[in-house]
Amino acid sequence: MSIEKTKSLHSISESRDGSSLWKDAWVRLRANRLATLSLYFFILVSSLTVVGPEIISTSYEEQDLNNTFASPGSTHFFGTDNLGRDLFARVLHGGRISLAVGFLATAVSLVIGVAYGMTSGYLGGKTDALMMRIVDILYSLPFTIFVILLMVLFGRNFILLFSAIGAVEWLTMARITRGQTLSLKQAEFIEAAHALGYSHTRILFRHILPNLLGPVIVYATLTVPAVMLLEAVLSFLGLGVQAPMSSWGSLIKEGSEKMDIAPWLIIFPGLFFSLTLLALNFLGDGLRDALDPKSAKD
Amino acid sequence: MKFLEIKNLKTFFHTRSGTVRAVDDISFSIEKGDIVGVVGESGSGKSVTCHTILGLLPQPPARVEGGSIHFQGNDLVDLPKPALRALRGKRISMVFQDPMSCLNPFITIVDQVAEPLIIHDNLPREKAQKQAIEMMSKVGIRDAEKRAHSFPHEFSGGMRQRVMIAMALITKPDLLLADEPTTALDVTVQAKILKILKSLRKEFDISVLFITHDLGVVAEIADRIVVMYRGKIVEQGETKEIFSNPKHPYVKGLLACRPTLDCKYETLPTVDDFLDTIENEDGSIEIREKENVKSTLEGLVEEKPTSEDEHTEPLVEVQNLTVCFCPSKGFLGGKKEDVRAVDGIDLTIHRGKTLGLVGESGCGKTTAGRAILHLIRPTAGEVLYNGKCLGDLPKETLLEYRKKMQIIFQDPYASLNPRLTIEQALTEPMLVHNIGNSSTNRRERVVNLLEEVGLSSVHLLRYPHEFSGGQRQRICVARALAVEPEFIVCDECVSAMDVSVQAQVLNLMKELQRKRALTYLFISHDLSVVKFISDEVAVMQGGKIIEFGNSQDLYANPKENYTRDLIAAIPST
Repeated sequence: MSIEKTKSLHSISESRDGSSLWKDAWVRLRANRLATLSLYFFILVSSLTVVGPEIISTSYEEQDLNNTFASPGSTHFFGTDNLGRDLFARVLHGGRISLAVGFLATAVSLVIGVAYGMTSGYLGGKTDALMMRIVDILYSLPFTIFVILLMVLFGRNFILLFSAIGAVEWLTMARITRGQTLSLKQAEFIEAAHALGYSHTRILFRHILPNLLGPVIVYATLTVPAVMLLEAVLSFLGLGVQAPMSSWGSLIKEGSEKMDIAPWLIIFPGLFFSLTLLALNFLGDGLRDALDPKSAKD
Repeated sequence: MKFLEIKNLKTFFHTRSGTVRAVDDISFSIEKGDIVGVVGESGSGKSVTCHTILGLLPQPPARVEGGSIHFQGNDLVDLPKPALRALRGKRISMVFQDPMSCLNPFITIVDQVAEPLIIHDNLPREKAQKQAIEMMSKVGIRDAEKRAHSFPHEFSGGMRQRVMIAMALITKPDLLLADEPTTALDVTVQAKILKILKSLRKEFDISVLFITHDLGVVAEIADRIVVMYRGKIVEQGETKEIFSNPKHPYVKGLLACRPTLDCKYETLPTVDDFLDTIENEDGSIEIREKENVKSTLEGLVEEKPTSEDEHTEPLVEVQNLTVCFCPSKGFLGGKKEDVRAVDGIDLTIHRGKTLGLVGESGCGKTTAGRAILHLIRPTAGEVLYNGKCLGDLPKETLLEYRKKMQIIFQDPYASLNPRLTIEQALTEPMLVHNIGNSSTNRRERVVNLLEEVGLSSVHLLRYPHEFSGGQRQRICVARALAVEPEFIVCDECVSAMDVSVQAQVLNLMKELQRKRALTYLFISHDLSVVKFISDEVAVMQGGKIIEFGNSQDLYANPKENYTRDLIAAIPST
């Protein structure tokens, strides 16, 4: 190799010193303005919902029937609802529940789905066919009835809600992971790994899993909002969060019924909900790019 | 007025990491009825030139920065889009490289061939189809009438390329742009396609711009040659003139570094032996011829050690190896025929020697290589490694043998995990096989390996995508060497490379063989490369080995007709 070439290549490597995947990814994420902004916004919103309800003086369930439908002002930042409850407190409290449901259920579906899909795709053959038929059968169960059944059997329970949603959402995740694994399994670097005598666990966790991250992360960021919406639907049916507790989904539902007399009832929870989802989507996109070493120099 | 005249054409790509001068101030012309070959390695700007003529480049990032393309009284650079669209497919047609992906799989062949006629000449469908069938028989599709209504997947690669040519010629264009039209095809098919193109040129009085990286092909077909290097034309002229008397050092190097059938070098010359490329600070490049080229070349010619007298002991013995693929029967079962990819082959590979395995695509050579390493379980037959039968070994012992046998793949882009740095990729096999006792020791070993394959320690922390194809293949070689193997299967490992890079990698492999006493099984479709590197050669067809022998003898007196056809189909210069 010529000296000039070596030199020019050398200059590339000097600009970078990180060596771990995560460190590199962080550097690349920081370079993406939109994603970084989204990350900060998301941290702000989630800390508001976690800390906010403890600090502010008004409670989310305290009614003030003399002061219903108050417009946003200095005493009630976001106004009050039909029972005179402070909307600001309710939005913060609702965010807590919505985000918790969204993330816990996504985490559940991520862990089950990726493990299941990767196993199925990697083993292939009859095992794969059997595992995927099980997924098909679960897909065909009507979701709402499934949840109602669970509620009837075990009583209304917050934890149960997570598990029910997570248990349904993992199916798509498993299918995506399985498809990716199937095509990765054919890649020559996996064959090279076999030829070098690597163990199956090593190939799965070091060679296949990192290459699954892209699509999985994007899908996960889409799952979070989907789950939050599902929670809203369930709440509406009386299966999810019950008054006086709130969630963004249920607040939007309530607000939409009184939109003509008190538009702030839908504007504020809606704003929080959609901005958070937008931030999550941008963040997901940024993460996918950041976790892909190929995007380093663009 | 020339038929097609390109003057001072500049096409640049503006990317975030800077401007790439893909085509940088080139001028050449084509006469009516001429075939002009544009030759260059990947990244030389030959395809960009072709796409610029038709205005097919995505803009941005591409932009034509200057120059003109005169064709039939128009300047194609300034022509408004609708006018250009009327020219495309009507006066200028194009044939692409990959016939597998250039046809729409949902439309019948005849409809695809007829489509340009319907669009440009407003012919009714019936009439257009009739002409399409005629054209299809002209490009050598037998039973065109019968096969016209089949779908692309029912055609082989060579047949699809004929369909592409028929589609390009159906509107009787004046200029045909052919972008690597035979690169994806087997040599025998390539020879047929070239013949068809030549005869059609006479029949239709058409000019052809033939783009290829293969000097042999261009010698076969072109009247004139344009050689491109890094966006510039370094030499152009009559084909014979350029081959017999190249002037530019790059062209000299390019011609010398191909292993031809009558190659006299023991180590191939590389383009770097001929020229120095000096990069100026403003990004422009300067090419200077080296002074001592002649003595360097003489140093490369060595007597091939006659291999017959020193017969070493066999390292790998393959006996009646058979691999059947049983198509999956679906969940509930169903009837499908088994495919015999490898059908009872016997081979003996001697220690420290290279056995070349040649054959056209689909002959089972790759499967044979995989089965010898037991990456695929053979259906029948045995592989003896050093006298031990690999099939009888329990799993743990087979892992021990993985250390001794390695494989290098064709596509260096796909054979490295994109998420591991070079150091991680090279350290991993050592960790698995307990080579090296500490992380510093392993790092030292990795650096030594990199230096052995011509890279250096500055590359340790990079990811595979930061390297060129040739460098990646070096990394793959280094990874295979990390476990200190004795036997390496090279599966088309230089096929995807430019000739100059190919020469470097071939030289590297020969050098490593000498230094480490390696044994190679060299699988390739390229007969001249196999001849250069192998001591013995086996020819495969339809899953069977039909001819086997010492490489000199086999090429000098092929016994089988098929072998003779293969050798005859190599484009000669």
